[in-house]
Amino acid sequence: MPLPCYALGLEASVYAPEVFARGLPSALLPAQSAEADAGAAGSAAGATAPLLSLQGIGLSFGGVVALADIDLSVRSGEIRAIIGPNGAGKSSLINVISGVYRPDRGQVRLADVDYAQVPAQRLAHLGVTRTFQNLALFKGLSVLDNVAAGLAYKVRSNFAGQVLGIGRSRGEQRDSRGRAEQILEFLDLTAVRDRLAGTLPYGLQKRVELARALVARPRLLLLDEPMAGMTSGEKSEMATHIRAARDRFATTVVLIEHDVGVVMGLSDRIAVLDYGRKIADGTPDEVRTDERVIDAYLGVASDNEALSRNEGRAGI
Amino acid sequence: MAAIAGDFSSVPALPKWVLAFLLLAFAYGVVPLIGSSYLFEAILLPFLALSLAGVGLNILTGYAGQVSLGSAAFMAAGAFAAYNFNLRVEGLPLIGSIVLAGIVAAAIGIVFGLPSLRLKGFYLAVSTLAAQFFVQWALTKFSWFSDNSASGVIDTPRLSIAGFALDGAIGRYLFALTIVSILTFFAYRLVSSQTGRNFIAIRDNETAASIIGIPVLRTKLLAFAISSFIIGVAGVIWAFAYLRTVEPDGFDLDRSFQILFIIIIGGLASIRGAFFGAALIVVFPLGLSRLGGFLLGDGFDSGVLDMSQRIVLGALIILFLILEPDGLVALWDRVRRRLAWQST
Ligand SMILES: Nc1ncnc2c1ncn2[C@@H]1O[C@H](COP(=O)(O)OP(=O)(O)O)[C@@H](O)[C@H]1O
Ligand SMILES: [Mg+2]
Repeated sequence: MPLPCYALGLEASVYAPEVFARGLPSALLPAQSAEADAGAAGSAAGATAPLLSLQGIGLSFGGVVALADIDLSVRSGEIRAIIGPNGAGKSSLINVISGVYRPDRGQVRLADVDYAQVPAQRLAHLGVTRTFQNLALFKGLSVLDNVAAGLAYKVRSNFAGQVLGIGRSRGEQRDSRGRAEQILEFLDLTAVRDRLAGTLPYGLQKRVELARALVARPRLLLLDEPMAGMTSGEKSEMATHIRAARDRFATTVVLIEHDVGVVMGLSDRIAVLDYGRKIADGTPDEVRTDERVIDAYLGVASDNEALSRNEGRAGI
Repeated sequence: MAAIAGDFSSVPALPKWVLAFLLLAFAYGVVPLIGSSYLFEAILLPFLALSLAGVGLNILTGYAGQVSLGSAAFMAAGAFAAYNFNLRVEGLPLIGSIVLAGIVAAAIGIVFGLPSLRLKGFYLAVSTLAAQFFVQWALTKFSWFSDNSASGVIDTPRLSIAGFALDGAIGRYLFALTIVSILTFFAYRLVSSQTGRNFIAIRDNETAASIIGIPVLRTKLLAFAISSFIIGVAGVIWAFAYLRTVEPDGFDLDRSFQILFIIIIGGLASIRGAFFGAALIVVFPLGLSRLGGFLLGDGFDSGVLDMSQRIVLGALIILFLILEPDGLVALWDRVRRRLAWQST
């Protein structure tokens, strides 16, 4: 079926960075990335080669079409939001990008390599980390160990060395704890570092998950509803943390969020999904005034907000 | 299942290594002097063997979250492997037989752990039954394993280390105590290492574990291997030090359940829990039979004892699952905390 969103997608991808960065000057400063070991190379080429692009992604579950012919490009250093009503296919899209789902059709292009299915086990090695819509912390580990686990992909020592405390195991453990402590500090989590993750209040658990994803200093950070079920105070705090993380580590962010208000203020570009199709893609201002978006989503924004409040912690 | 990473009680207590040292000093220095042969033969030897099996199963089930009903099979594999290495390899010291037996059990554990790469929870538990039935069948079917003995029951060799005979009750106790202490120490180091944290991560959220780059398949098989190694050595202690015979029947499904109950009652994901649970499982039938004999006299025969054991044990397990899912360890820590609080 010929889709209008094709046109939109192409149109969106020719915008110069200055346009979408208007509200967020920091996006113009990827060169700030002295701290970032990964993101810098990509940002120089950002205007030409996107860090991530999806072509013609299709995915269905039985008869349910979760994603239909989705194209999406994400530039280095931007905060890219994906919005849409419940069941629109947002989480499915992140699951495709992170290799949790294998799409029926289409390709994911990540740092110049095309994948039919992104290798989930190698995701961290590719510089991609993510959070989950429903909390996915390791409840039986302390906050510090949860965050340090985000560096598990780097571990080279084997269990025998660890048990006997020989070889590189000691150094590895010291390094990963040290880096985890830095991230805890950065996200104001130091006070709870020794608590079991499962015993923290919901909002803090969400933040610990962000910390676990950030500790590897990813090039690309995928956040599936990081603010779901939060109060508006917690939401703006989380938005601040996400922006700070992007600026500090020159990380590119793909963000799913229900709350349109938060998204408009936080993102550089927004893609709108509805029933598995992309119905709009552009800067917050463009999306805000898009006819189709107003019909499908924003027109009922107040309902949607009421809805997401009622959903509360279940975070469908 | 409650999630516990280890001991994090805020009780102002002695450092852990001091406690462990005092406990070991008592076990080595005092118990052999005051213990009766009944204490060693009927209580401490089975307690040590079952505790070690519980430690092994806890690594797999409590920490890595992979339910297994095949523990007795790995005990059997260890016991028979040690017997055969000892019998057939000239000049191999006993310790060598034991280590090789653990490795054989680990290899079998890896094979029967393969279904865990696809199956979870209940389905995995059922598939580990395959290990239980297959190993028992093979040991009964091929009399080579039992050195072609007519009855299938064989006496184990006398224990000795470096020419030093350990076949009295105290000697066998010290032998078991030493092996259990060493392996428990390693198990404790393991569960607080990166690998141990990877086990917990896989248990708590396999998708997230995989996404952050934990090699999930390899780690699960490693859990099966290490767990089976330890349970295999526990089987050697059971056969060589406690029963002094090896026979497949002693390692049936009942035994597998017994070890599972030990870690449920003692506390999942706790090394100490295995010892608490084993103590209860060993002492409880003895206590029950004394109590029954006292109350009912001759009417309390072995049939009644067996039945009442099962009923009371079943009730205990249900009670624990409902009231104290973190097991005796959690109960113990709470009592200690309360006492410490009152004494301040
Ligand atoms: N694992 C799955 N199995 C079956 N259906 C699924 C699965 N994941 C998603 N879906 C279906 O795909 C559609 C899109 O879901 P999802 O991507 O979770 O939407 P969103 O995150 O936008 O709310 C829904 O109809 C959902 O029921
Ligand atoms: Mg979703």
